[in-house]
Amino acid sequence: MKDDSPVSAFVLQSLLVSLIAIGGVNAVLPELHRQVVENHHWLTDQQFADMFAIASAAPGPNMLVITLIGWHLGGFTGAILSSIALCAPTCLLTYAVASAWERFKDAPWRIAIQAGLVPVTVGLIAASAYLLARAADQNIIAYAVTAVTALLCYFTRINPLWALGTAAALGAVGLV
Amino acid sequence: MSESALLDPAKTQVPGLSELFFAFLGLALTGFGGVMPWARRMLVEQRRWLTEEKFAEDLALAQFLPGPNIINLSVVVGARFQGPMGALVACLGLVGAPVVLMMICGALYGRYGEAAWLRGPLAGLSAAAAGLVIAMVGKLAAPMFRARHLPAILFALLAFLAVGFLRFPLGWVLLVLAPLSVAVFWWRLR
Repeated sequence: MKDDSPVSAFVLQSLLVSLIAIGGVNAVLPELHRQVVENHHWLTDQQFADMFAIASAAPGPNMLVITLIGWHLGGFTGAILSSIALCAPTCLLTYAVASAWERFKDAPWRIAIQAGLVPVTVGLIAASAYLLARAADQNIIAYAVTAVTALLCYFTRINPLWALGTAAALGAVGLV
Repeated sequence: MSESALLDPAKTQVPGLSELFFAFLGLALTGFGGVMPWARRMLVEQRRWLTEEKFAEDLALAQFLPGPNIINLSVVVGARFQGPMGALVACLGLVGAPVVLMMICGALYGRYGEAAWLRGPLAGLSAAAAGLVIAMVGKLAAPMFRARHLPAILFALLAFLAVGFLRFPLGWVLLVLAPLSVAVFWWRLR
């Protein structure tokens, strides 16, 4: 470990990220990138993109990039603590709100909040896409892989795993 | 809880703790490329724990709150049937195995991440993963453009520029943009 305990700093950050992750983890990737790559230099741009890619290819919820970064910074403890930090606040909040949901699920303010957060979420995920593409696309073929995957997944109902597998195979034979 | 079972005794069943755990574990491991479509199939069609309406209601709650939607959903469903322990067990079932898998991947990446034979596949994988996120943006943004909802498009653009290009901290951007965007929708809904 390099400077003053990156593990505890990252765990703290995961706690905060948990509560501002409107629209899931993909919306907070730019913030993670800002902290982990730009401010603290714990990861390079390429490592960040690699880890997001590995997490995308794995089964399970799309929070796993946090687990990977946690592992990178502090091994087993780092991975477990940052995963818990990401899940616990939002799980507790969900548990607390669930019993009251019946009362306000049809309230106009509830609908306005949810609808109003959508555009902001879209912008944030677009920022994630931009940062990931900038890190991953180092040559013209990589750009093409990104573009073809985006078009396939937007226009068809193909399982994304096919796109990821094909792209990894293209990379393995030295095309990307 | 017991209410929903009383309302619809023929259709829905009440799972125990171990059933909850293994159901969400199975969900986590089959759910490549998005768990949510599988969640509906398992909860409503296969296990019949929830009616279609209850599922829609729980999903709305899971999406309303911050954090990964599927994790929130596991908490709501677990809590409905078995209280706090149910919530904990469902969430652990969903997250446990993928987290262990990621730790293995993390160890392998730490060891071989810079190895020449792995650089190619990882370069391909990360280029495709960026494409997946672009497609997701397209799907989320399409309704705004179809409805020609100019304020929504403006807020999306502002969030993109502030966070993607200007690299402002997310907390500040949310603090400014979210209330403004909600206010606009509130005003339109009235």
